[in-house]
Amino acid sequence: MKRKILIADDEQNIVISLEFLMKREGYEVAIASDGEEAVQRMRADPPDLVLLDVMMPKKSGFDVCQEVRADPALAGVRILMLTAKGRDTEVAKGLALGADAYMTKPFSTKELVEKVRGLLEA
Amino acid sequence: MSARARFVLAVVVLGLLMTGPFLLTALLVWVETPEAARGQLAALIAPHFALGSLLTLVAFGAGVGVVRGLFRQYVQGLLRMSENLRLMLGANRGFRVEPEGPPEVRALASTVNELAEQRDALLTDVEAQISRAKASVEAEKNRLAALMSELTQSVVVCNLDGRVLLYNSRARQQFRALSDAPAVGGSELIGLGRSIYAVFERSLIAHALENIQQRLRRGAAQAQANFVTATRAGQLLRVQMAPVLATATEEAAAVEPASSDETTAAACAPADRTVTGFILMLDNITRNFESESRRDQMLHDLTEGNRAALANVRAAAEMLEYPDLQDELRERFSGVIRDEVQAMSMRLNESATEFADSLKSRWPLEDMLGVELIAAVQRRIESRLQLPTKLEEVDESLWVKVDSFSLMQALTYLASRLSDEFEVREVRFRLSGAGRRAHLDLIWSGQAMSTETVMSWELEPMRLEGESTPLTVRDVVERHDGEMWLEREKVRHRAFFRILLPAATPQTEIEADVHLRGEGRPEYYDFDLFKWSEKSHALDERKLSELVYTVFDTETTGLNPSQGDEIIQIGATRILNGKLLRSESFEQLVDPGRPLAPESSAIHGISEDMLRGQPDIDTVLPAFHAFAADTVLVAHNAAFDMRFLQLKEDRTGLRFDQPVLDTLLLSAVIHPNQESHRLEAIAERLGLTIIGRHTALGDALVTAEVFLKLIPLLAEKGVHTLREAREAAEKTYYARVKY
Repeated sequence: MKRKILIADDEQNIVISLEFLMKREGYEVAIASDGEEAVQRMRADPPDLVLLDVMMPKKSGFDVCQEVRADPALAGVRILMLTAKGRDTEVAKGLALGADAYMTKPFSTKELVEKVRGLLEA
Repeated sequence: MSARARFVLAVVVLGLLMTGPFLLTALLVWVETPEAARGQLAALIAPHFALGSLLTLVAFGAGVGVVRGLFRQYVQGLLRMSENLRLMLGANRGFRVEPEGPPEVRALASTVNELAEQRDALLTDVEAQISRAKASVEAEKNRLAALMSELTQSVVVCNLDGRVLLYNSRARQQFRALSDAPAVGGSELIGLGRSIYAVFERSLIAHALENIQQRLRRGAAQAQANFVTATRAGQLLRVQMAPVLATATEEAAAVEPASSDETTAAACAPADRTVTGFILMLDNITRNFESESRRDQMLHDLTEGNRAALANVRAAAEMLEYPDLQDELRERFSGVIRDEVQAMSMRLNESATEFADSLKSRWPLEDMLGVELIAAVQRRIESRLQLPTKLEEVDESLWVKVDSFSLMQALTYLASRLSDEFEVREVRFRLSGAGRRAHLDLIWSGQAMSTETVMSWELEPMRLEGESTPLTVRDVVERHDGEMWLEREKVRHRAFFRILLPAATPQTEIEADVHLRGEGRPEYYDFDLFKWSEKSHALDERKLSELVYTVFDTETTGLNPSQGDEIIQIGATRILNGKLLRSESFEQLVDPGRPLAPESSAIHGISEDMLRGQPDIDTVLPAFHAFAADTVLVAHNAAFDMRFLQLKEDRTGLRFDQPVLDTLLLSAVIHPNQESHRLEAIAERLGLTIIGRHTALGDALVTAEVFLKLIPLLAEKGVHTLREAREAAEKTYYARVKY
């Protein structure tokens, strides 16, 4: 059974790479280009993992993260947050709000793949 | 008994003395004469009676004449002399009694004159001593004030009530920036005797004072407090507060009424000194703060702003490495990289231009007029190297941002090497602007050196006779974020070093107007305020000589405020502790929003053109209200001006409810029999010369001077306090109304 991954990011230029990367790893990929859409897609079809960008229109990654963690139906969804902000306070906030892992842009795609794999196997 | 009554009595006594014995003798003779002989006696005397009476009358007349003469000389003469002496005692010290009349009176007069001479000599001596002492105190104060006014940091000294008793011109400038009533230009905020709490929260100051006092109790050597605060006008101020401690003598005086034990205790513990006031050193850090936030913004833009883009590029680049990539996808990833890198380059350029100023070296550079810089360099080169210098084209309006000392060192060093190694006998200077930079050229005639030589001059530590520094010319140039190069003018057979320096925007000379108003140094301090205590008296019982006054005058479109006449100018000045504070004056034209009557222009010389674009009364009145806060208002014919102010109360919500004194009425208190109490007439009577009348400020200044002259004259009439002055004025007012 193919694992499902949701990519939530408003930057088309990173989505292209992430989509290619995840598909190449053999995952089934869905895409949301803002926070609201991300929540809707997750409710409609809960993925195994979401790559969640912090800075998104309508709803920030933090909001989405909180909403997911408050919803028991989505308890199984793993959250990997991506952020373009280097402040460690933000990392702390993301983890406190229930993210499973956190990566700061720019990141190595190899590491990202490893992290995704690790989260899904755990 | 009056002199006249005594004279009449003397004449009566004289009459009695001359006729009494004679009549008494006649009566005795008459009684002792036998009845029969009386007829004979009468017959004998009767024919001589007329002669006797006549002689008696003549003698009486002569007697009266003598008495009158004596009376004139000794009684009336002495009375007159006494009046003159009184004059000498008080009003006119130089007056001397004219010795006249009989020798005794003359002797008295000359003795009195000698006494007066002696007194004058003593008085003059005492006065001279006092004025010497005063002068030295004054000189010390002036030195302090001069010192303060030259400081680039702004300083304000307050007593414990928060009243300002000293400030410097820098503080004045700073408060001008803080004022949200630009019309008054900050003088409603800072001024002698004004409350610092108009600028700072009372609790903020109280808290800082408390900290200081705690530190003092702990015996800290330097008890200071620091805080940063935002003012109402949105400026950021960094404030350093230091206490003003009572001097030992003041302290002893303060403790004296207490028991002697405490006095010794206080004397033994100098660490436990009382705070009598505080010094505030203010730094407006709004601009620093802004430039720092800009720097932060730039750092942020350059780091965080590029993270996302870099992530896109990196991910795409890493995708390109997969060998199984289809061409179409490969093209898309390359496209991503192209777009992102382009966008990043643009962002980088934008930040570099936008933050160019913030990127500059942080070496503190000062603004300097280019001409002055060159003049200083010339002096230095001529005196150090005995090398003649000349000026070529110099842009005299150009300001540069320089570290003048190191730049002068560098130029002198270059000139010395030119002179030593190339036998240059004269150097010239040229200065021109080039956009945001200035070209400073050091020119000489003769051959140009090789680029290698120039390079070594630039990079070797500068060494001059008696002076060596690790700095190189290159360092100095870099300190200015500049450049330096050698250029040749082949045609004129000469060469020059060109140094690029940052140009500065010309400095505005803010100080100018401050000095225009006053004669000499503006009044920036009043240490008598240390003795002030606000709670000790109600305003009414305070002495006229120790109150704070706002003396003001208005010019108006006409005389009938109730029929729509409006204020077109307000001028005001301040009086504090009996001193006129000219430098804290304020004058503002006001757009009345209605046409001016042409005949009124003839009086005040204000035309409609001058009023166009001026603020309206709704803007100016709050500023004036703040300016006059906590003071007694003084005006000439105050009722007129007050009427204009009061008619605005409803609209602006500002009440001028402080006490008001009227110089017209006060003048009437002092000179009830004078016909005219017009301002000019009073000023003339009091010996004041009038300049600049019929502008609001001009009239306010004259009124203030008149008022200062009236205070001692009122005291002579027994009018000392504000309440007494008001009551006396009311009486004259009612008297005039009844009349």
